[in-house]
Amino acid sequence: MLKVTQLTKTYGHGPTAVQAIGGLDFEVPEGQFVSIVGPSGAGKTTLLKCLCGLLKPTTGSVAVDGKPVNGPPDNMALVFQDYRASLMPWFTIGRNVGLPMERKLPKNEIKQRVRESLESVGLGHAADQYPWQLSGGMQQRVAIARAVAYRPKILLMDEPFASVDAQTRADLEDLTLTLQRQTGATILFVTHDVDEAVYLSDQVVVMSASPSTVRAIVPVDLPRDRDQITTKSEPQFTQLRRDILTMIKRPSAQPVS
Amino acid sequence: MRRPLYIAAEILVPVAVLATWWFASSNSLNPFWPPLADIWAAFREDWTGARLLDDVVPSLVRMASGFVISTVLGITLGTVIGLSTRARQYVDPVLQFLRAVPPPALIPVALLLFGLADTGKVFLIVLGAIWPVVLSTEDGVRSVEPTLKQVSTVYRLSPWQRLWSVILPYASPHIFAGVRTCLSICLLLMVVSEMVAATNGLGHFIIQSQRTLDITAMWSGMLVLGLLGYALTALFLLAQRRVLGWHPDFRKGGSSE
Repeated sequence: MLKVTQLTKTYGHGPTAVQAIGGLDFEVPEGQFVSIVGPSGAGKTTLLKCLCGLLKPTTGSVAVDGKPVNGPPDNMALVFQDYRASLMPWFTIGRNVGLPMERKLPKNEIKQRVRESLESVGLGHAADQYPWQLSGGMQQRVAIARAVAYRPKILLMDEPFASVDAQTRADLEDLTLTLQRQTGATILFVTHDVDEAVYLSDQVVVMSASPSTVRAIVPVDLPRDRDQITTKSEPQFTQLRRDILTMIKRPSAQPVS
Repeated sequence: MRRPLYIAAEILVPVAVLATWWFASSNSLNPFWPPLADIWAAFREDWTGARLLDDVVPSLVRMASGFVISTVLGITLGTVIGLSTRARQYVDPVLQFLRAVPPPALIPVALLLFGLADTGKVFLIVLGAIWPVVLSTEDGVRSVEPTLKQVSTVYRLSPWQRLWSVILPYASPHIFAGVRTCLSICLLLMVVSEMVAATNGLGHFIIQSQRTLDITAMWSGMLVLGLLGYALTALFLLAQRRVLGWHPDFRKGGSSE
């Protein structure tokens, strides 16, 4: 579904040029939940921006369903880390969620999708409120509802839960899993939190430090019915977590099997 | 402070000022400082009925035309310059020059071009009052939150949507600040241009009264001007609260977080 080939990204020119991404190759099969982890500064956000057309890669290519990405593709949505800055404070929640679909779909379809997606994130009653009236976790849910209502084939999420408290984060993680199960979307999830990555994903792509390459692609074959308490107590969870953290924190060490 | 106390204080001070003026001037024999009681009598006599139509309405019409044109033209110009670096490069030197010319200096130019016609006064008002709107609009448009721009790109909003649903609403607090200054300048230039080059209007009435030594009439005219300015500001603030109700600075209760 999503294929990244020899992707590099260099900022600037000449002697002051900084190569953020040194060469990435990976594939994301349809319907899978793939997390991307790596040390700080590895270029995870740069990668996401190249994927959704916000940045042009220096070399290499991104293809969605075989078609190369040259600008924002029309079936991709992105949930930003800074939810406060990604919602429009002058529109109601309902209008915010429906905005990407305006002029593209008939009005009653938009209304219905907005209602459904707000209900699926637990904010069915909030359509007429304004973003400033909601808490941080709720605002991020609105951003997720906006992405879901758009019905993208691929959902990109850029450290979406980094700015919320731990309890809200756990709720939002479970919400994301439920939504993925309901919609069958392909999800690419960037995060600093290895626990979160292992908990949510089918595969974890581990990036090396900048200029980044793919260090490893770790399959996560925990049972698909994830639960905050039981899944995280499985020995396999701890194993995966340890392997991946080792790769990130001690890049030269061999993972313990 | 509690609301009734607040309102009482707001009324009390002007009342105290007026009372002091009334009693301090009640026995005045100085022709240039007539008793407030006389001014009030002149006010009641002059400013009800026909004079209202003869003088206040033309003034208001000139001012309103100047204001509307300044606002519309100013916002358009400011938006174009704000969004396009090239436009800014071409237009900036000319704008900086025009802006630096004190509007009263343009009165002779307006007189030559337009004579005593209303167009001349409106021309003058616009030339003086448009700059705050242009500058603050440009400022607002250039400072749009980058995340919101990225949201517009990823969700593929049309250029029209970008302008009307994202950029202009974001810039509207800046724009309103510029429009408020524009309003004051419009009032000022209306009066000044009427004093120099008109056959009717408030400014004309005031200067004529001064020249014919009808001092009470002169004072009553100034009173009308003051009331007009106050009323216009109140209307402006009302409009601002309606349009900018979503913004934390203009909200009555303050944000929830």
